[in-house]
Amino acid sequence: MRQVSSWDQALLQAALIDSFRKLDPRTMVRNPVMFVVLVGSALTTLLWVRELLLTAAPAAGFSGHVTLWLWFTVLFANFAEALAEGRGKAQAAALRGLRQETQARRLVDGREQRVSASTLRKGDLVVAEAGDVIPGDGEVVEGIASVDESAVTGESAPVIRESGGDRSAVTGGTRVLSDRIVIRIGANPGESFLDRMIGLVEGASRQKTPNEIALSVLLAGMTIVFLVACVTLVPFGRYSGVALSTTVVVALLVCLIPTTIGALLSAIGIAGMDRLIRHNVVPTSGRAVEAAGDVDTILLDKTGTITLGSRMASAFVPAPGVTAEQLADAAQLASLADETPEGRSIVVLAKERHGLRGRDLAGIDAQFVPFSAQTRMSGCDIGTRVVRKGAAEAVFRHVSALGGRVPPEVEQQAAQIAMSGGTPLAVSDGARVLGVVHLKDVVKGGLRERFARLRAMGLRTVMITGDNPLTAAAIAAEAGVDDFLAEATPEMKLALIRAEQARGKLVAMTGDGTNDAPALAQADVAIAMNTGTAAAKEAGNMVDLDSNPTKLLEVIEVGKQLLMTRGCLTTFSIANDVAKYFAILPALFVAVYPEIAPLDVMGLHSAQSAILSAVIFNALVIVALIPLALRGVEYRPLGAEALLRRALLVYGLGGLVTPFVGIKLIDLALVQLGLA
Amino acid sequence: MTVLGWIQALVFFAVIMALTPPLGGFLQRVMEGERHVLLRPLGFLERLVLRLAGVDPAEQSWPRYATALLGFSGLSLLVTFVMQRVQHLLPLNPQSLGAVEALSAFDTAVSFTTNTNWQGYAGETTMSYLTQMAGLAWQNFVSAAAGLAVAMALARGLTRPASGAGPATIGNFWLDLTRATVYVLLPISLVVALAFASRGVIQNFSPSLQLTTLEGETQVLAMGPAASQEAIKQLGTNGGGFFNANAAHPFENPDPLTNLLSMLLIFAIPAALTFTFGRMAKSPRQGWALFAAMSVLFFAGLTVAYGAEAHDHPLARVAGAAPGAGHLEGKETRFGVAGSALYAVVTTDASCGAVNAMHDSFSPLGGLALLANIQLGEVIFGGVGAGLYGMLVMVVLAVFIAGLMVGRTPEYLGKKIEARDVKLAMLYTLVVPLAILVPAAWSAVAPHGLASLNNAGPHGLGEILYAYTSAAGNNGSAFAGLDANTPWYNLTLALAMLAGRFLMIVPVLALAGSFAAKKAAPPGPGTLPTDGALFVVLLLGVIVIVGALTFFPVLSLGPIVEHFLVGAGQVF
Repeated sequence: MRQVSSWDQALLQAALIDSFRKLDPRTMVRNPVMFVVLVGSALTTLLWVRELLLTAAPAAGFSGHVTLWLWFTVLFANFAEALAEGRGKAQAAALRGLRQETQARRLVDGREQRVSASTLRKGDLVVAEAGDVIPGDGEVVEGIASVDESAVTGESAPVIRESGGDRSAVTGGTRVLSDRIVIRIGANPGESFLDRMIGLVEGASRQKTPNEIALSVLLAGMTIVFLVACVTLVPFGRYSGVALSTTVVVALLVCLIPTTIGALLSAIGIAGMDRLIRHNVVPTSGRAVEAAGDVDTILLDKTGTITLGSRMASAFVPAPGVTAEQLADAAQLASLADETPEGRSIVVLAKERHGLRGRDLAGIDAQFVPFSAQTRMSGCDIGTRVVRKGAAEAVFRHVSALGGRVPPEVEQQAAQIAMSGGTPLAVSDGARVLGVVHLKDVVKGGLRERFARLRAMGLRTVMITGDNPLTAAAIAAEAGVDDFLAEATPEMKLALIRAEQARGKLVAMTGDGTNDAPALAQADVAIAMNTGTAAAKEAGNMVDLDSNPTKLLEVIEVGKQLLMTRGCLTTFSIANDVAKYFAILPALFVAVYPEIAPLDVMGLHSAQSAILSAVIFNALVIVALIPLALRGVEYRPLGAEALLRRALLVYGLGGLVTPFVGIKLIDLALVQLGLA
Repeated sequence: MTVLGWIQALVFFAVIMALTPPLGGFLQRVMEGERHVLLRPLGFLERLVLRLAGVDPAEQSWPRYATALLGFSGLSLLVTFVMQRVQHLLPLNPQSLGAVEALSAFDTAVSFTTNTNWQGYAGETTMSYLTQMAGLAWQNFVSAAAGLAVAMALARGLTRPASGAGPATIGNFWLDLTRATVYVLLPISLVVALAFASRGVIQNFSPSLQLTTLEGETQVLAMGPAASQEAIKQLGTNGGGFFNANAAHPFENPDPLTNLLSMLLIFAIPAALTFTFGRMAKSPRQGWALFAAMSVLFFAGLTVAYGAEAHDHPLARVAGAAPGAGHLEGKETRFGVAGSALYAVVTTDASCGAVNAMHDSFSPLGGLALLANIQLGEVIFGGVGAGLYGMLVMVVLAVFIAGLMVGRTPEYLGKKIEARDVKLAMLYTLVVPLAILVPAAWSAVAPHGLASLNNAGPHGLGEILYAYTSAAGNNGSAFAGLDANTPWYNLTLALAMLAGRFLMIVPVLALAGSFAAKKAAPPGPGTLPTDGALFVVLLLGVIVIVGALTFFPVLSLGPIVEHFLVGAGQVF
């Protein structure tokens, strides 16, 4: 997807305008903390105006400044939210461009009809040919075509879409590059994938996630406590002969309630969703993103996720009396015309290990013999020379039939390779067995490190494979997964998920096939590949547009980051209060009780500048933390205890100390500017 | 501060620590219905009570449990009220004391039902022996047992695996109440009452004695069954004194040994419950973590209070008092500064409220420490049961914040903390600030509030604040400079006590039900350990910040400014 920078000029401008638009009390009331600030600002404004109108010689500088900064506090909070939304909106605008009025060729009783794409209903059949834009989400029911999906996925290489099987799903807004397909539309207008995605990135369909709700409750509760503490301070003050003005009490209240996290809470949520979409993963709900942070167990399909998907030649094991080079030469000859990945990997290995270049089959007058299910061999005939390679037993039978003898060493080696999880491929020249080629699954690079990272995060990885337990164990050991499920059937996969969940674990998995759908539906976090079937996409709660199964790891990190950012800013926000007390309380009481002066540990200029400095600090800290809220705090794969220690040190202790410094500096600045 | 003073405190604390595992283990076996030493000798009593009451001992869901508790408390409140109103018609009234005035009787009934034992009256001149023994002492037992029951209900909710079928249950209130009384409170009180009597605490039914003093004056010496009251008053963290002078009275607390025994009784069950909880969680470290958090706060409070009291009062020095004696005003010389400060800290930590010195006479900072002990939510060991469940609510909040910081949906003992749980925990935490600050602020400006004050300035504010703090915290001790036996104070303090007890118990039971229904996930490397030093630090941070941020503004107008004023030579 197209990336949009958050510091884009136009974006900033739009967010600025939106921050005023968001002052509407009907929207503000959804955020209790900021709503209290809004009401407080309105109240001080009224008082300030009254002071200007009714006082003979208004000395309204102080209440004017306080009022101004209270409004800034509200506006900064709105700005943070608007900025987070703005990025999504820019992306949505790009997506919406795809949905412009496309014409669809609807099939009615076998005849084509030109209709507007927006009138298509679920179940309609449409035709798309080279150059056409696919009018809606659906499934290919006839034909095969290459499709350019770059508009949705950002991936420029075309993909193949064909009827039946696991590559039948197409997305509206993508373009057919070749051939002709018939599509059955799968979504009514407004419900398509594109619509959902636009809704999500715009934040329009964003619902509060469970942890966000819990945190909002906590913040609302604290706001009530501080409201009571500040309002009751007025009678307590009156008892003590301290007359507290409403402006001052509102200033104290706004400084104490957790405005920092209250202001940034929704921006953090929107930004988290946005980060996921930047990774080209589209969640169907925010709940899934949060659940991703809690995942305990990850199920990974072996093929395509852990291994490259096909077996590769890794060694030539010659028979007694045969050199490795001879074996490589014959194996290469037998594979020259073999277009399968296995065949190609033999040619490449022969070239790498023994410097044997690929030869032109036509030049040496060779006849290619393709693989057949009966012979389970392939190879070539050069004149009378019969070179074959294939499954070990098949080749041994072939050699025996020609009157040759299979050396027991070769049989033994073949058995050994099979034991180690590899596949032995025997090579023969005439009636002579030259040796075996060791084919094995190749584990993708860098996976070991990623799994180690997951383990450090406290996650368990389980590899799912249809292989026998021996092969599975070998690959599991090589890839560094914690456990494996061999000879897996879809039912076993489902049972494994249920067993993990029964033990209270959250399970994540990726899948693409229709047979994955039940497991995807059962898993707590299920990422369907965009190339997968409609059934798989329907069952999952996220879709990976890049169809990269290891993306799961990024998704988990985004989920964790989301929670951590909220937790850290909450701690920071609450810890800030201590310094604000030491700034404001002595200022309030020092006129009546000059003896309380030692409490003013910062040595602030005057009572008014102390209060104003605290209010300004409180507002500015929101702006200062917007980048952090949008970016998310840095996630490190450490144990929970180490993470907590770090967070407490940085955001707890930091939150305690920072405002002492900040408020003092602002106070000094106010004196310099002559405002105090 | 003297070395001897600290040795007193350390010896006391060492004994508490030594008592915690055996008593905690015993409590777990009793409350969970397992075999224990007293089952054979006292089992008949449990069966008899249950059969007479005719209650169904089946497991209860949280609404049923709460209904049973509220119904029981309401009824016993009523009985205690009626008994005071008709005591002149009942036996065991050798002084022929009249009926207790209605609002005072209501206040007292509420006070004893809520385990507060705030006393707006003087015991020896108001309550007949029957009222003391059958009304008030009854409440001393059952209010403590009810608190213990609630703590067990929450502990069960947190530690039990989800039951699966049917609504989640948290125990049976009637069983909990009976077992706590029959196997724990009664036997210990019996033994301790004898020990108290052996040290000189009186136990008789004779009317007050008229004596002629050496100067030839006539003195009235109050008599009565004090020793039996005294044991349960401390053990149940009740604190309601038989005599007005409470544990400062030589007939209630004659010597340092009874003083030590009293303090041990106050902390015994609250401290042991942490171990009980660890046992139930099948991880003793979880219990010790709570114990550690409580201990740190205990020693912090003690250091401030003892430190402040050990200082000579600046004006006493001016007046020519011997230097180095410490702040002795309002303290019994047989306990001294150290013994008085320790007792005051213990009684305010544990929501007991028995006093062996005048808290009103403490120095401003010493008084501040006592106020803060209660305002932190009575979680520093706290009342019987109330301390544990209060601390566990704080743990829920701490775990929630910590869980977010490490990027996982927070879980405690494997159970997820969700929006509903945070809501209940916040409801719980809201009660204390509301019940203290709102009526205290009203009293600080209304004439009917100010009329009761004997001291002006910040100290007067401290007295009002202490009264509502003590009531809402269900503590019961007082800054006695305030005449609280007025309609306004009797009524509002009673409301604060009711809020501080039942408005907090209901969310706790709801929380217990919510957790009981949750599946427990086994801990992994990604889960935050809640039994380590780091978590204890975080927990302390949450307790202190939540408490301090709420009360710091008003405290700065009360004891804090008073401290500075006294330093400048001004007293109130």
